[in-house]
Parts: sequence; structure tokens; C-alpha cells
Amino acid sequence: MIETKEKSLAQYAETENRLFMPVSAKIKSVVPLTALEKVFTIELPKGMSLDHRPGQFVEVSMLGTGEAPISISSSPSRSNGTFELCVRKVGDVTQAIHNLGPGDKLGVRGPFGHGFPYEKFRGKDILFAPGGLGLAPLRSLINQVLDERALYGRVLILYGARNPSELLFKDELETWRKREDVELMVTVDRGDETWKGHTGVITTLFKGVSVNPRNTIAITCGPPVMYKFVLMELFGKGILEGNIYLSLERRMKCGIGKCGHCQINSVYACQSGPVFSYRELKGLEEAL
Amino acid sequence: MSLAILRKQDVPNFVRNLLRVYHVGGPVATDGHFSFKTIRDPAELRLDYPTTILPPKKFLLPPKETLFEFENAQEFQIKPPRLEPRTVIFGVHTCDLHAVRLLDHVFDTGHADPYYNNRRRKTLVISIECLTPCDEHSFCKSMGTLSADEGYDLHLTDIGEGYAIDVGTEAGQKLLEHAPVKDATPAEIQKLNATLSEKWPRFPYRLDFDVSDLPSLLNMSMQSPVWNELGERCLACASCTNVCPTCFCFDVRDEIGLDMQRGQRVRNWDSCQLDEFATVAGGHNFRKSKALRQRHRFMRKGKYILETHHFLGCVGCGRCARACLVNITPVGVFNELYHRKEVGGQP
Repeated sequence: MIETKEKSLAQYAETENRLFMPVSAKIKSVVPLTALEKVFTIELPKGMSLDHRPGQFVEVSMLGTGEAPISISSSPSRSNGTFELCVRKVGDVTQAIHNLGPGDKLGVRGPFGHGFPYEKFRGKDILFAPGGLGLAPLRSLINQVLDERALYGRVLILYGARNPSELLFKDELETWRKREDVELMVTVDRGDETWKGHTGVITTLFKGVSVNPRNTIAITCGPPVMYKFVLMELFGKGILEGNIYLSLERRMKCGIGKCGHCQINSVYACQSGPVFSYRELKGLEEAL
Repeated sequence: MSLAILRKQDVPNFVRNLLRVYHVGGPVATDGHFSFKTIRDPAELRLDYPTTILPPKKFLLPPKETLFEFENAQEFQIKPPRLEPRTVIFGVHTCDLHAVRLLDHVFDTGHADPYYNNRRRKTLVISIECLTPCDEHSFCKSMGTLSADEGYDLHLTDIGEGYAIDVGTEAGQKLLEHAPVKDATPAEIQKLNATLSEKWPRFPYRLDFDVSDLPSLLNMSMQSPVWNELGERCLACASCTNVCPTCFCFDVRDEIGLDMQRGQRVRNWDSCQLDEFATVAGGHNFRKSKALRQRHRFMRKGKYILETHHFLGCVGCGRCARACLVNITPVGVFNELYHRKEVGGQP
């Protein structure tokens, strides 16, 4: 058997001076999740791999429309030559991506930023608290953790969405619910006639959860308004500042720490983030 | 190395010789102002200019530049932009020279920016010593940019009938082959020394404190009411950032032809003072108020850029003060913070 060595996309861009030039990637499949979100499975050109970490993002190009930063939703443990992006239709670029189908091409740069330092989480209990589209980046880490499940303690997932029709990855939620080694709780702000589950904002899920604060890593991602309330719940449980991780949203235009759009005080989120520990963010104004 | 003298009447010859090999940019008179422009006729170059509307940054980081071109949007065929010509920027003041050194550091740190660096490597800088303040807005002396001992290829000082030329680099030395220069006489060396020492008293200190205290002053100023006061005056027109020699933030966007196939991706100067700058797709704006945006601007200039790049982000050129329609000036803001701290204990 001939072993072909794959080149990472980031390495290629850096060494070939192509930091701003996306490579042409192919869409393998598209799965609609809700009225606004679809999951795209994407394949890079032959011989190239994404080599991402959970929590990193890519810049996705639609030539003629522009570029948008999108977090990587699949875990490295399941890469198999492809990766997944969960894209919400919210602007020009994401609208254009939504118009694409299998076989179509789009541009990819990245991966950018730091991912989650999950090697440090091993042996600890992990509490995931995604809100809304925040599940997209956290799913990458959740599946990474589940694929090396024995290395971690408890896995708790507290997921909140606005209403049942906005819940993402419903099939996967069911898979997680069935696992005995995953404690999944789902809530919606407002239920409908079909909804049998918990109703209330994400913070209401925390009441029924007890954790060992000294041994728990908490990871949250969601709309900006959510963070302060979730943080209060986490502090209420005694979880340490350095053990709380947040993935922040910013409109990164370059991904390489130059354009200034993602700047939080002296920190460029595309370089030092988008994943930060609360301890790193605490002194930064305008972070949350 | 001996000191070279270029007689003033020989400057056009020098420029003419450069034009045979290089694209030359320099200050020219335009409608009652001065602007850095491409020099076509050596007579246009005005080395006696006080200041320019835009800094020479535009030769290194153009207001708009092509990142790549594409022929067929759907098929995703892209090609890099055309190569840049070799360029000489002639007549750069030392404030702007310090700004270029900062830009060099920004674009060559971490992920090196291929476009800036490519252009920079093909660019030579001929700077010129300022001998009188350009106007009441400049505060170069306070910012430590009234002179420069590096960053230039050649550096000119007006000593009356000619320019004394300090050679900064090997490339600068080679550039002198195009210049009809002669060795300086002892009298000319003495004239240079006198000129340089006599210039300092002509420039006022305009900050009421030492600039080395600026970062710590700003450190204490995050919650200062000054930002809200600025926010109420600011028109968010972005004039300040547009004329700034150290602002380097940019936007990236696509332009497509009417055939919806051919186009290019460009980057253009952007401004943290504009409402959309820190806004994300869902509409949340992380610096929604003009107060927060002005705070961000001044913190960048005196603190954030220093923390990241070890250069102050303001070189005291005064362009933003001249451009501001509501008289928001760095000197005014920094001094206000300082005096509030001195009087009330809090900036």
C-alpha cells in the first residue's frame, strides 16, 4: 500500500503565501436541520486535510458574495477526510451557502484560532451548556469527548433553544439521550403543543443539577445575552473561573490577527480565541 | 561613512533618475493642501510641505487592494493579483516613518501578511528631517517621533543650499548611485549639527505629562466619563481613522462584474468608529455606542497596540485632530484624562 501524506490546509496557506486565498472545497452532502440551519459536509481537495481542533473556525467563501467565519461542527475524531459546518442563514454569504447542494464548490480558509484544550479536561467531569446555535461549535467537542469517553468523568449537556422547531441536531440529541454515560437535559424558552420536555430559559436547567465544582469543566456557547446568566449559574455551583470555557462570536474578516474586527481590547479573538477561559476574559471590557 | 550632500538644484535630477527605475511617491501641492501622490514630473515633489492629508501609508497599505481575482465564481478559479512595481517613497516625515515601522511590525508578526510584505520589500523610504512644527496640531515631540535613527533607507536634512544625506541601509547606499551627490565639507557637517540641535526648541511639548506615563494613564481610564463625553460629540464619520498613519484595520469584500462570473476579492480600509465594525451576523454590536468606539480608538493608540507590538499606536502627526469636525484631538483627550486624574484622583 502506498502511503500518501496529507498536507494541512493551514500549513499550505502559510508556506505558499496564500493566507487570503481560499481553496476550492466540494460539498458532499447537505442536511437541513431547521428552517434556518443546514449542515454541510465538505471535502477539501485531494491530499489536503483540515487538521482542526474542536472550537476552531474556518472562513467560508462564496465568490462574488464574500466570506463568513463559521465554526467547525464535526469532531476531529470523525473527520474521515471531510468536515461539517452548521450554517445559519442570516446574511448574504450564508444565504448563498444555503443555495448550494451536493457537488457544488465553496472556498475554505483556516482553520483559525485556538480550539478547546480538551487534553487538559481528561479525568474531569464536563458540563456543556450550549444555547441555540452555540451547539454547533460545542458538538465538535462533545463528539470528540464521546469518542474517547473513557478518558473523562461525567458528561452533562444542558441545551436550550428558543422553541422546539429551533432545536439542532435532533437525531444526535436522541443518541446522546439514550447513552447511559451522558446526562442530557434539553429546554425550550417556549414550548408548543407537541413539546413534552422542559420549558424555560437555559438557566432553569441548572437547578436540578449537582456537580463536584472542584472537578468540573464547564463549557458554554450561545447568543451574547446568554453568557452573563449562565456564568452566574456556574459561579453559583462553585465552578472555578479557570475551568469555565466560552466560545465567543465575532465577525472575523481575516482570521490572521490583522483586520481588527474581532478585537477585544488588545486581544484578537481569531488568534487568542474564539475559545477563552473565563479567567482570560474577566479583565477584558467588551468581551461579553 | 562620509556624509553626502545633495544640492537643492540637483534634487530634480535625482528624482528623474529614480523615475527611470522606480515608481516614485512623494508630497505634491493639491488645491491648497499637500498630498502624497505618484510623482510623474520631478518638479511636482515638494520637500518643504508641512503635512499631508493622508499619510504615506497608502503606498504600503492602499485604501483598496485586490487580494485575488476570479474568472468563474461557480467553478472557483482564483488567481493572485499582479505584482507591484518597485517604489521609492520620497520625503517622509519622521512621524510617518515611525508609523511605517509600526506597520512593518504588525504585518510581519504572527501570520505574516503576504500583500503588505511583498509591497514593503520592494519599497525604499527616503525620509526628511522636520525643522519647524507643521502646525498647532502636531505633537511629535511629545510622542518621541520628532526624529528617527532607523527605518529609512536615506534620510535628508535641509542645511540651506543642500540636503545632508544620512544613509540608513545598503539599499539606500545603492540608491545614492542615482543621486549627483558630493562629500560634505567640514563646514557642511558643522551646519548639519547646528541645524539639528537648533530645531528642538522650536517644537513645543503638547502633552502635559511624559508619554511614558500614557499607557498607565489609559490603564486607569477604562471607566472614565471622558469617553461618554466624546461619544456625545463624535459624529462617527471615521475621518480620524481614515487619515491616521497607524490605523491598519480593514474590511474584506467581493466585487463581481455584471456577468456574475468575473470579479475580485478586495480589502479596503475600515474604521472601528463605524457602527457596523464590531457587529456580528445576528445584529449584536460589541461596541454599540460611540463612546465605546472612541475609547477603543484611544486605547488602541496608547495601550493596546503597545501591548501587542511594543510601539505606541500614535505618532503625534496631528492628522486626526485636523480632520475631526467636532475637535476631538488626542492631545485634548490625553491631557483631559491626565488633569482629571491629577485633580480628582480618577481619570
